Amino acid sequence: MSVLSAASTRRPGLLDRARARVGWLSVLLLLVILVAWEAAVRMLDIPAIVLPTPIAVFQALGEGLGTGSYLPHIAVTFTEIICGFLAGAGLGIALGILIGQSLFLERLLYPYVVAFQTVPKVAIAPIIVIWFGYGLSSKVIITAAIAFFPLLANTIVGLRSAPTEQIDMLRAHTATEWQIFRMSRLPQALPFIFVGLDVAIVLSVIGAIVGEFVGAKEGLGFLILQKNFNFDMAGVFAILLVLSMIGVGLHLLMTTIQQRVLFWANSNQIHLTGL
Amino acid sequence: MRAIQRAAVVAPIAREKKTLVTISGLEKRYRSRDRADVHALSDINLAIEDGSFVTIVGPSGCGKSTLLRILAGILSRSSGSVRMGQTEIDGPSRQVGVVFQSPVLLPWRTVLDNVMVPSEVQRLDLGAARRRARELLALVGLADFEDRYPGELSGGMKQRVGICRALVHQPSVLLMDEPFGALDAMTRETMNVELLRIWREQNITTILVTHSIPEAVFLADRVVVMTPRPGRVAEVVDVHLPRPRTLAMVNTPDFGRYVASIRRHFGSVGSG
Repeated sequence: MSVLSAASTRRPGLLDRARARVGWLSVLLLLVILVAWEAAVRMLDIPAIVLPTPIAVFQALGEGLGTGSYLPHIAVTFTEIICGFLAGAGLGIALGILIGQSLFLERLLYPYVVAFQTVPKVAIAPIIVIWFGYGLSSKVIITAAIAFFPLLANTIVGLRSAPTEQIDMLRAHTATEWQIFRMSRLPQALPFIFVGLDVAIVLSVIGAIVGEFVGAKEGLGFLILQKNFNFDMAGVFAILLVLSMIGVGLHLLMTTIQQRVLFWANSNQIHLTGL
Repeated sequence: MRAIQRAAVVAPIAREKKTLVTISGLEKRYRSRDRADVHALSDINLAIEDGSFVTIVGPSGCGKSTLLRILAGILSRSSGSVRMGQTEIDGPSRQVGVVFQSPVLLPWRTVLDNVMVPSEVQRLDLGAARRRARELLALVGLADFEDRYPGELSGGMKQRVGICRALVHQPSVLLMDEPFGALDAMTRETMNVELLRIWREQNITTILVTHSIPEAVFLADRVVVMTPRPGRVAEVVDVHLPRPRTLAMVNTPDFGRYVASIRRHFGSVGSG
């Protein structure tokens, strides 16, 4: 669906109604699964340290949020996610712009970038923790390393996506290379960059947790390990829920910003690259 | 032929007009991807008078678009010279406005901001440019659309915006590369009439490339007929149909004779 229609008058059409109906079905599906889960655990007499019931999970969640015991950990992990995301995305875009300037630079640098990307970040996380300690900085670096590549790849492809006629038009009217970059290439790359940002923000949540698993004294990942150690399965599931809410929230935030900025773009034309 | 007789009377007056664009001995060769030598333009010589409307017509591959891109300064020439007034054209010039086959509007800019692009690029007085942009939009009947985005316009409206953009910085030459090729036949006719009105009101030398012979005759003071392999000028036809031109003229015998005489150059298909 064209995002542009949001800029003009927009009435709920058939498509929206169909979408709303699927939305309700999706909620219904969740309820069915939860009920089936609860029933299965009770009837099969599965011990709580193997699989907690949904009700136990919600109780643990309510307790954790109600007493405020999750809050400092949420704050720590959230900070790691945001800082890592901003650092990785910023670096990815900057290097993408640099590499996007010429095929020479791309041929020179891109093989190494791909080589770096093929190294599992989980595998280098222990080294990063040894180098940068148990605090915030090691998590930010691990998260940044994961968030970096989708933006690099999408920025490069995006900058190349400007139609030649558009560039010819600007050039014929005496535009400089910088003006062509500012007026055509960069805005043309934005839809691609936003796809990268959306992928990267979700990956950032994973990055922060991976970092905390390897070595941390606080944070939601640290909390998961602690609860796992104490066989508090309901608590582990509750934190997983919190994490997924953070992920979904950040994704929605990104989508909202994207629709504001890219009101002119046809979302169907944007292809996912990277990962 | 009455039109030709009249030509003898008109010609001396026409010769007094100042030449604006002089093309002499222009050659363009390049190597294609499969390493074949392509002789795109061979010994092109043209003098284009100030304020005149010149069309360049020919089949695909005759080098007409190449010629226009050289005039626009976005393609280099192999040899020869292109002068505008006394200055040699060696790259993009502020004296030139260009309209491409597709409107190439920037979808994230409003209609008005799209028209403003050349004035922004050339760092002209933006206040004056905005007034001029609004005048031009009014001239093409888009005064009420200045705050719209290109995605909300029809093909014909987009190309009108493209024409306004090519005129906003008050160039002395308007270059058009098959500007109406992507439009449907009826819109195309309307656009032709409208273009002549703009040309008359703005009094701007216009060079338009097309592969439609009737379109070339309808618009032009002078039709440059090009043939391919190598691309060269086969004939230059002065069109002495009265102005302002109307769509009804397309059905006159004079018009038909011009079209037929140009069509002779392009083999047997559709001749006679």
